[in-house]
Amino acid sequence: MAHPSRRRFLKVLGATGAALLAGRTDASASATHQVNNDTIGMLYDATKCVGCKACMSACKRVNSDYGSLSYEQATFDPDALWDAPQDLTGSTRTLIKLFKESEKEWSYVKYSCMHCQKPSCVSVCPVSAMTRDAVTGTVDYNKNTCIGCRYCQIACAFNIPKFQWDRAIPQIVKCDLCKNTNLVKKGITACAETCPVGAISFGKRKDLLAEAKKRLQERPGLYINHIYGEKEVGGTNHLYLAAMPFNNLGLPILKEEAPAEFSEKIQHTIYKGFIAPVALYSTLCCVAIRNMKKHDAEAHKHATVDNHKREDGK
Amino acid sequence: MSHDEYQIHRAKILTPSFIFLLTLSLIGFVLIGVRFVKGIGAVSNMSDGYPWGIWITYDVATGTAIACGGYAMAILIYIRNHMHYHPMIRSAILTSMFGYGLAGFSVMVDVGRPWNAYNFFIPSKWQANSAMFEVALCVMAYTTVLLLEFLPAVLTTLEKTEWRTLQLLLDMLYARMGMKRPERIGERLDRVKDLAAWLKPRLDKVLIFVIVLGITLPTMHQSSLGSLLLIASTKLHPLWHTGFLPLLFLINCMFIGYSIAILESVISCYAFKRPYETKELSGMAQIIPWLTVIWLSVVVGDLAWRGQLAAALSFDFYSGFFLLEFCLVAGGSLLMFSGKKRASIRWLFISAALIVLGGALYRFNVYLIGFNPGKGWHYFPALAELLITVGIVAFEILGYQVLVKILPVLPKLHTRQQLDAEVKV
Repeated sequence: MAHPSRRRFLKVLGATGAALLAGRTDASASATHQVNNDTIGMLYDATKCVGCKACMSACKRVNSDYGSLSYEQATFDPDALWDAPQDLTGSTRTLIKLFKESEKEWSYVKYSCMHCQKPSCVSVCPVSAMTRDAVTGTVDYNKNTCIGCRYCQIACAFNIPKFQWDRAIPQIVKCDLCKNTNLVKKGITACAETCPVGAISFGKRKDLLAEAKKRLQERPGLYINHIYGEKEVGGTNHLYLAAMPFNNLGLPILKEEAPAEFSEKIQHTIYKGFIAPVALYSTLCCVAIRNMKKHDAEAHKHATVDNHKREDGK
Repeated sequence: MSHDEYQIHRAKILTPSFIFLLTLSLIGFVLIGVRFVKGIGAVSNMSDGYPWGIWITYDVATGTAIACGGYAMAILIYIRNHMHYHPMIRSAILTSMFGYGLAGFSVMVDVGRPWNAYNFFIPSKWQANSAMFEVALCVMAYTTVLLLEFLPAVLTTLEKTEWRTLQLLLDMLYARMGMKRPERIGERLDRVKDLAAWLKPRLDKVLIFVIVLGITLPTMHQSSLGSLLLIASTKLHPLWHTGFLPLLFLINCMFIGYSIAILESVISCYAFKRPYETKELSGMAQIIPWLTVIWLSVVVGDLAWRGQLAAALSFDFYSGFFLLEFCLVAGGSLLMFSGKKRASIRWLFISAALIVLGGALYRFNVYLIGFNPGKGWHYFPALAELLITVGIVAFEILGYQVLVKILPVLPKLHTRQQLDAEVKV
């Protein structure tokens, strides 16, 4: 029997670790993603919004069949007179909320998918059910490939994708910029089309950015001097202007690097060209086969020695 | 390797523990039925903030680490060349097979649209950026590998079987129906036996390549289980969110694997009233503290490098769980460093249990406890959700209990004593 060899074991472990680490360092060299400003998106101006929720009802009216949306009943409303979602849910793609700091300081805010330039949900979806259209930049969901693993929910920094927890045949629900409904028919999203006060603008990202910058310049006292979504997580196509700090409106403070770039860097370098796994397999095969042979030879030797002994005994 | 190293554990199958585990499994499976009829929300407390609950955290992320006994034993035997541990591998593989098989089953319960899972086999849908894709394929492949690794136990039994139970059953059935039993059935059964006898030596020849695959695949997907949370940089607490997650998960599954192999051996020897395998276990326990020392150094070094040491010692909610995880692993390893303690089956059991608990808590910390999606979200598993997990675990133990009594899985006792003697010489 071979003497225990901790060294050999550590060697194997070390090789694995080294493979993991080596990849990590040269990963920083890989190219960062490019922001495409010709893609489409929306600009929501919280200072213009009057909180009428016409966008919410338009969204549900237009997308309810295609997007599997439905009305949500409030506890105070036994007759189901109103659609009263508390939050974005498996029945609601967009939502207006009021954030009140005092009687004088308050703001509405609209939630819906941010349509990131480098979306985490697309990066993590194991079966490509989440996709980002290279031309329009729309982040879309295909329920016919989705397996319902909800990794997109874990990944999204904005907590946007919602799951239908109460259904036997559930799906993920999120804004797709009316890709297959209002956009096809009227060339504009339902919410932007309906908004009576022009709080939601629809258009190319570059035009929306220019418009936002113009507003910031024209009325610097009104706005917080920041376009939310311009740089956050590598840029989003849904942009925000507001008079209150964005974090107070429930929009998280985020870094400029897209989380997906960090995770993909590591994942890609470990599995670059599938070299590391193949190398690991072949190395281990060599070691294992050598060990087996050694052992068989020893066993054979033992057997012959035993036979000799037996014969001598006779 | 010879197949004479293993033996069937001759004992009654219908024991009180069998009934108890069966009851738990049945409750679990009924609740799984409810989940498929009324939706996941009906049985679980998962929410859009906590889309992964106890099923993913325990059954998949922790359960597969606990099922790494087979992986750890295979490294020990075939790579580190300790062939005298070989008699212990079959029971380790059986537990791994159940662990992984049921982790896969749990995923099918957990995912919302399991009927779309075939997309994993359609190249145009492949998504190499996704750690989940890698985990899914590797886990499926590894479960197949485990089945192949376990196949010799089934083939050996088939080869020698006389189909007594089946013959009795058939006789009874035909008698009931008032028919004469056709001769053909006997011929067909013989053909199965011949096939098993034909397949076994051929499988033995290529088995080593399968076994090595069984070492490569867990190395890949166990590290990817860590990669899964890399994306959640805004949600996972900085004590745990690090680029070293894949490496930490990999080492973590190795020391859990060896520790669980010790626990399983002690428990099954106790339960089946067999002599303890103290010598093998204390030999195996030598490796564990080295692994945990590497793991703990990476954890501490990484925290220091990212400037999170103060957060680790702040004694708040997160720091508390971090320190608990850390102390469990460190405490268990300290015990195992002592050769005297390692020679005692009781201390082996205690230290291995501490390490498994600490290692498992690390995975809970990463997947649930350290995960914070933002204000207003809370998660604690619902009773039904827990019972489903309990049911699945009960089914796992039940399967093990039954299979060791009908297939040659446990190490053969007299062979063992011979081997012990040989090692001493």
